[in-house]
Amino acid sequence: MPAYLDTLNARFPGEFSTSEFRDNKRVIVSAEKAPAVLFGLLKCLKEECGFDMLAELGGIDYLNYPNATDRYCVVYGLTNTTTGERVFVKAYANDPDPQLPSVYPLWRGADWMEREVYDLFGVRFTGHPDLRRILLPHEFTAHPLRKDYPLRGYGERHNFPTITRAES
Amino acid sequence: MAITGLLPDFLVTKLDALANLLRKHSLWPMPFATACCGIELMATASSRYDIARFGSEAMRFSPRQCDLMIVAGRIVMKMVPVMQRIWLQMPEPKWCISMGACASSGGVFDTYSVVQGIDRFIPVDVYVPGCPPRPEQLIRAVLDIQDKITRTGTIDGREFRDRDAYEGPTPLAKELGLDQAIVAPGDYQTATRLRVPLN
Repeated sequence: MPAYLDTLNARFPGEFSTSEFRDNKRVIVSAEKAPAVLFGLLKCLKEECGFDMLAELGGIDYLNYPNATDRYCVVYGLTNTTTGERVFVKAYANDPDPQLPSVYPLWRGADWMEREVYDLFGVRFTGHPDLRRILLPHEFTAHPLRKDYPLRGYGERHNFPTITRAES
Repeated sequence: MAITGLLPDFLVTKLDALANLLRKHSLWPMPFATACCGIELMATASSRYDIARFGSEAMRFSPRQCDLMIVAGRIVMKMVPVMQRIWLQMPEPKWCISMGACASSGGVFDTYSVVQGIDRFIPVDVYVPGCPPRPEQLIRAVLDIQDKITRTGTIDGREFRDRDAYEGPTPLAKELGLDQAIVAPGDYQTATRLRVPLN
């Protein structure tokens, strides 16, 4: 068992589960536990276990996925820059109003990554200093990477005025 | 000694024809290149294909100095206001080439963010098919524009004055509804598309 799991077990007993696929080691926080536990768990990983780099932060929509229990998932890929060890923390959230605590206070690099997850999945990160859309136009209302969003959208792409030859 | 008797002392032409002759041999393209068609556009401008043979080599990145917009590449919905603004900033008379499948029809990108043809938003004179088109095709399009100027051009651009109606394709009557949405596979093992409503 890796050393960080001992630390986490001591600090957060029963608050998370683990899984493993090939060399990916995951720490899984369910939707009920995530709002209260996630920030402290990531802080513990950063400050006590040496995972000082947030390598990636991404979102997943598990709608209609076999055996999925919670809908949205935010994956934090952490790297220990001393040992090269990696761990993935998966935190879940559910409709309506999926929310997770922002990790901006721990890693400033999470700023734009959390904005992107908010933009495309609609997961709100409480405590984020500037949670705006980052890729889509600000007047966009939907979150297009959600699985129930149609591929061709709701007509946003044609919601523009037309310029005729005479007025140009 | 002046040569007399070979040429008439004066020529009679129409001012429109004179303006057309001058304009069509010095089209200044505005390269609105957003994707891989832009690479072909660059190849067209460089030595092997050499669009300078047809007087269109002076590409300017300021719309104020151009009269031929070449939209090369896919246009997403966030880019449409930019494209319209650049089009409006170009001085009259001006023409537009829609280069490639994406600019003309959306190409393979039939998604929520890619507009299905720029002619829904700005007037287009010549479409160039291809993905991306060969430089020869773009040169052909420039020649077509020159031909169009010869046929329809006027010195004060009055041929554009009455075209105040929408000239693009038939507007999409209905976007796909929720029941036709192509979404994540419901049957994860076999299906790649699902056409029944979720939830």
